[in-house]
Amino acid sequence: MLFMFQLTLKSIKNRKFTAILTTLTIALSVCLLIGVQKIRYEAKNSFTNTISGTDLIVGARSGSIQLLLYSVFRIGNATNNLSWESYLDIQQNRKVKWAVPLSLGDSHKGFRVLGTRATYFEHYLYQGDKALEFTQGKPFKGVFDAVIGAEVAKKLGYQLQDNIVISHGAGEISFSKHDNMPFTVTGILKKTGTPVDQTIHVSLSAIEAIHVGWESGASPRHKISAEQALKQDLAPKTITAVMLGLHRKHSIFSVMRSVNEYPEEPLLAIMPGIALQELWQLVGVAEQALLVISGFVVLTGLMGMLTVILSSLNERRREMAILRSVGARPWQIATLLVSEAFIFTLLGILFGIGLLYGLLWILQPWMFDQFGLYMPMTFMHSDALWVLLSILCMGLVIGLIPGYRAYKTTLTDGLTIKV
Amino acid sequence: MSNLIELSDIQFSWLPSQPPIIDIPKLTIKRGERIFISGDSGSGKSTLLSLIGGVNLPQSGSISVIDKPLHTLGNAQRDLFRADHIGFIFQIFNLIPYLSVIDNVTLPCFFSKKRKQNIQQSSLEDEAIRLLSDLRLTGDIIYKPVTQLSTGQQQRVAAARALMGKPELIIADEPTSSLDTDRRADFINLLFEECDHQDTTLLFVSHDKALESLFHHTISLADINQAATVEDF
Ligand SMILES: Nc1ncnc2c1ncn2[C@@H]1O[C@H](COP(=O)(O)OP(=O)(O)OP(=O)(O)O)[C@@H](O)[C@H]1O
Ligand SMILES: [Mg+2]
Repeated sequence: MLFMFQLTLKSIKNRKFTAILTTLTIALSVCLLIGVQKIRYEAKNSFTNTISGTDLIVGARSGSIQLLLYSVFRIGNATNNLSWESYLDIQQNRKVKWAVPLSLGDSHKGFRVLGTRATYFEHYLYQGDKALEFTQGKPFKGVFDAVIGAEVAKKLGYQLQDNIVISHGAGEISFSKHDNMPFTVTGILKKTGTPVDQTIHVSLSAIEAIHVGWESGASPRHKISAEQALKQDLAPKTITAVMLGLHRKHSIFSVMRSVNEYPEEPLLAIMPGIALQELWQLVGVAEQALLVISGFVVLTGLMGMLTVILSSLNERRREMAILRSVGARPWQIATLLVSEAFIFTLLGILFGIGLLYGLLWILQPWMFDQFGLYMPMTFMHSDALWVLLSILCMGLVIGLIPGYRAYKTTLTDGLTIKV
Repeated sequence: MSNLIELSDIQFSWLPSQPPIIDIPKLTIKRGERIFISGDSGSGKSTLLSLIGGVNLPQSGSISVIDKPLHTLGNAQRDLFRADHIGFIFQIFNLIPYLSVIDNVTLPCFFSKKRKQNIQQSSLEDEAIRLLSDLRLTGDIIYKPVTQLSTGQQQRVAAARALMGKPELIIADEPTSSLDTDRRADFINLLFEECDHQDTTLLFVSHDKALESLFHHTISLADINQAATVEDF
């Protein structure tokens, strides 16, 4: 048995060129499959960890996905706001440790502007326990200070002390600008791979200030100056959403219930982790299709191998007859071909893994930069190992086909080969 | 001298529906003999050899080789028996292309413990080198890939492999047909020397009547085979 295996190795060595091509075909398909799987895994991981450390997100009553989309991903708009009084009520709940108000609605050159408190920078966590960090500057202090995400700084080429004019509404092109009150960049955040990168953060008072006179919703006839605005009462009246942290995790449901049953106005509380999972399941269909496709690519690779081995059978008939004449049993000759398939598959898998990690190593910074997708070079998770193991088994099973053919031919050929 | 091979009343056909192409009432071959087997093409010489080698079994009758009744052995036992006791040489394509000369020669010892044990004094490799040099293959040649050898050299390597581990019987199926006349005699003389040396019985099939005189006996298949010859040309 071991001897047959050694024979197989020598025979493969003798056919280096086709052997390398066959192995490479399998390697590429395996690389694609586990690559897709890895991206899927990491994308899901980073997506569902877009926001962590926040136990609940509260907004005016709507769908939970909708609330998640506008509060976390800045996609779409809130149909309703919640009142400042509601915010204060929730904040005073004894089970609530901290509450960060979020106010959305304005934008700057396509990037959303978020009005919040400076505590946002402490409480917003992502990927488990990662906190926001500043590459330059610090959180906003003055009313017209702004902290910009990494992507904003990069795309628009902003630096500290640059001036920003905020537009009313969320559109990329807006004709009503709050150009009477320019902001100053005082902080730039480090890249996170989350929507924070595409956000401009200002204080809640700033949101109030730029909207003085805009109560009707339209641009006021006479825009007031920044100095004038500062003299006004800048306490917010409404906000878009609230991020909540609780003292104890197990009080989540009771807080959720009290928010959902809040008598003054209809509110909705969601657990961001759960809502993110739900959302992922919606977008996940496409990536499952991708996985199925790459599964078929692997199958194609293995079929290629089958073709190569089967077509070599005919020219190896005399070799099999010789082995038979020196006493090799037909099943031993079948072993020759099964182990060949096994070796091709095994080498293909190993090369495929090597290729994937090589690519990861090279592409890692680029992927984070382009897609905000962090691909750690961690060892494969058990899913991938199972996939690889089943590919190996499949290679072995496919090897049984030429093995069986060889078994049959050695029996009918006997010692004399008839071409 | 005892009988090495005894056939009695054997009948064999490749397909059960066809009439037998081998029908031999009796055939005995003694130990140490050198037998020349002649017969027309398609008359069933190779088929007879495959019966003696235990690759195929006759539909009826009995074959014993070295006192072993082959028809009573199972497939696995016949394969092992062949590995242990018989060396083969064919007309062409005798060697495994991806093995070196030495590896080709030592091949039988990996399928037969007995033939490995028959080489007591030296290592497999030394024995292979001895056989090769007895067959006038020395020096660089034995380290070349077998595909770079001439046909005559290849046939001598095949002979060395058949002789490796001192099997009792060597079956040679037209081993000289691809060699020119001078080479034929050389090859056969070397083969004889080595068979005498190892006390090996030789069954030799050939169309070439000129070689007949070198052998102890001739068996003409037409004489012993009662099956109607298949007229396929
Ligand atoms: N594996 C096989 N399956 C079916 N029929 C076979 C097989 N091998 C040989 N035959 C048939 O058996 C007959 C005898 O063939 P065999 O090879 O024994 O002839 P031979 O005497 O060795 O001829 P040659 O001198 O040409 O080698 C032929 O008619 C051939 O067609
Ligand atoms: Mg023949």
